[in-house]
Amino acid sequence: MFADHTLPFIFVGLMGLAVLLYVILDGYDLGVGILLPLKNESHSDKMIASIGPFWDANETWLVLAIGVLFIAFPAAHSMVLKALYLPATFMLLGLILRGVAFDFRAKVKPARKGIWDKAFKFGSLLASFMQGYMLGMYIMGFEQSLQAMAFALLSGIGVTAAYCFIGACWLIMKTESDLQKRAVGWARKCVWVCFAGVLGVCIVNPLINELVWQRWTSLPSALFIWPIPFISLSLFALCHFVLNRLPLKDDAGCWLPFIIALLIFLSCYQGLAVSFFPYIVPGRMNILEAASAPESLRFILIGAVIVVPCILAYTVFSYRVFWGKVTELKYY
Amino acid sequence: MDDVLILSRLQFAANISFHILFPTITIALCWFLAYFKIRFDLSRDPVWMRIYRFWVKVFALSFALGVVSGITMSFQFGTNWPGYMEKVGNIAGPLLGYEVLTAFFLEATFLGIMLFGQGRVPNWVHTLATLIVALGTSLSAFWILALNSWMQTPAGFEMRDGIAHVTDWWAVIFNPSFPYRLAHMLLASMLTACFLVAGLSAYRLLRGDTKKAPRIALKTALFAAALVTPLQIFVGDLHGLNTLKHQPQKVAAMEGVWETERGAPLLLFAIPDETSRSNHFEIGIPKGASLILTHDADGEIQGLNDFIGEHPPVKPVFYGFRLMVGIGMLMLALAWLGSWQLWRHNTLSPLLLKATFAMTFSGWVATLAGWYVTEIGRQPYLVSGVLRTADAVTDVAPGNVLLTFCLYVSLYTVLLVVYIRTLLRLARKATEVEEINQKTDESTTNAPMAQGES
Repeated sequence: MFADHTLPFIFVGLMGLAVLLYVILDGYDLGVGILLPLKNESHSDKMIASIGPFWDANETWLVLAIGVLFIAFPAAHSMVLKALYLPATFMLLGLILRGVAFDFRAKVKPARKGIWDKAFKFGSLLASFMQGYMLGMYIMGFEQSLQAMAFALLSGIGVTAAYCFIGACWLIMKTESDLQKRAVGWARKCVWVCFAGVLGVCIVNPLINELVWQRWTSLPSALFIWPIPFISLSLFALCHFVLNRLPLKDDAGCWLPFIIALLIFLSCYQGLAVSFFPYIVPGRMNILEAASAPESLRFILIGAVIVVPCILAYTVFSYRVFWGKVTELKYY
Repeated sequence: MDDVLILSRLQFAANISFHILFPTITIALCWFLAYFKIRFDLSRDPVWMRIYRFWVKVFALSFALGVVSGITMSFQFGTNWPGYMEKVGNIAGPLLGYEVLTAFFLEATFLGIMLFGQGRVPNWVHTLATLIVALGTSLSAFWILALNSWMQTPAGFEMRDGIAHVTDWWAVIFNPSFPYRLAHMLLASMLTACFLVAGLSAYRLLRGDTKKAPRIALKTALFAAALVTPLQIFVGDLHGLNTLKHQPQKVAAMEGVWETERGAPLLLFAIPDETSRSNHFEIGIPKGASLILTHDADGEIQGLNDFIGEHPPVKPVFYGFRLMVGIGMLMLALAWLGSWQLWRHNTLSPLLLKATFAMTFSGWVATLAGWYVTEIGRQPYLVSGVLRTADAVTDVAPGNVLLTFCLYVSLYTVLLVVYIRTLLRLARKATEVEEINQKTDESTTNAPMAQGES
């Protein structure tokens, strides 16, 4: 069906899709988790209800991304994950904590609910921060130096802010009245931290990475790269403008910030992808070097071609079922 | 290197032991839920919906714990066992990939509809969502057991430059031990769910719940257990024979046979000693092991001494096997006695109710014991005859592995305690609720199911 040498590129595309969907989808529910107010139970309940039907499937995109890395690029899988052993473990602990807190908070004694709310918030924060930290380490080529760590810390804060931003935009779309106003306030604050983070990565990335520097300064790749920061900048400005006017009468345009956030995520993601392609571990291992045997890739490709469209279709179905403003869930 | 090996093994064992508890419940519990929902759809008797609503909460909680503990596994292959990926990644990767693609998304997406979608979708879509989740959990078991069985009895591949390449995917998936292991595990899950449902229902009855729901759930679960337990014993025996054929050293450790012998006894108790390579304090049935394993009283059983350096540690395999079989026998006794009482008197005696409650988590113990037998029984190999466990381990600093191991174990301990306490609390809360009015049609209510009263 496909020539051997195109297979790794197809899989890198699949992995890219999984990472992108993960960052957007789990991004908003992690963000909602971080924003969880601990002192307003009805707001907390509504916020959690807004992500209730989705969080589990959102997280599955991470499993798919790691799965494709594991299937298609086993050598990169172990290289990347060994280098990120501790942050990856902390991220997993965070994900465990928030995943179970979600269920426990509704089922334990009312007096204990607060503890699980805190666990949910803390777990979301830990997982988000560690994902950003790992992104930073990845960009720095897993260098174990003080600058690398400092950059990774900043990247952790940036990603956390980005998740809070998209989470707040999700809430603007899914909630009403008081909580919606609060979400607009959160989004206004986060959007600029998020912007600073993107800017930081844009500046540091070409400076420390020769390959990226070349990409940014030579034709034709520069033609694809240079529009990205400008598009992002105008999206941020547009978002700032929109957020300053929300909420409008009859809730018009409540979905606009989320769409803008989505486009910002998309353009940042594209920027990183264009900077590093075809390296899978920056500066160390490219896609072809890391790929596994073609007969294995072909076997899983058949399944992926049939199943991935089905997954996308029933994901859309599920979002349609739970379309519209979140209704109050009855907790007991 | 030794430190990392032992720590990585402990960490993986802790993770997978904690993880397996929850799928073991959810695989079969979801079929129970589908059954309850279909009974409701057919009869419109609200008691079935009430049973569904209680158990869907238990399901949601167990499922969440299974998902989050499962994610860590996909990372640990790379972080702790890079040699596994490098050598057999061509086989392990696609099988795990199919599990994610065909099962994980299906379960996760339709779970949302199953838990929160009632009132938002037509009733038949909700029933369908329950069935799809049940199908998803079983599919997941299919793929992961195909991989596990391949590690026990590898087939359908060839080694090129020290790396396994697939020659026949059908042979990889349907490797010699796969059908037996899959059947054995699915039935184990069924029994675990049966005793969980029966146990928590018995707890509610013991706490003075007079409603119909726990009585019906108890009856359903115990009748199912009475049918499934003998079937499991039969399948377990076939699985044992299959193991004897492909992994004789594992069976030798299970039976505590050191020297190859004819007419080997079935040891009920012994203390195997690997330094003297013999057993102390043997109590056994003469010729029993030969009779069971070869169906001939004088059949020959290969002993551990034929496999020096190639056989697993004897004690955990030997005791694990006895623990699993012992619980199986208790399950059989309780299921039959209980079913007989329920059939004759439509109720259980207080003593039997207490015994049923005591057996609530017996499925967990038996399943774990069984998995220890089969997984420790594969040692010193990670993939039988292909890859030694020691050759697959990571070069991450031992201190880091020790740190993460401690963190995982502490978190899992807390979660396990909270999980069990929450189940008991849910049961206690359910006893306090009033019996429902027969006239209410619950399918039209909008209350989200996972949070609804029951």
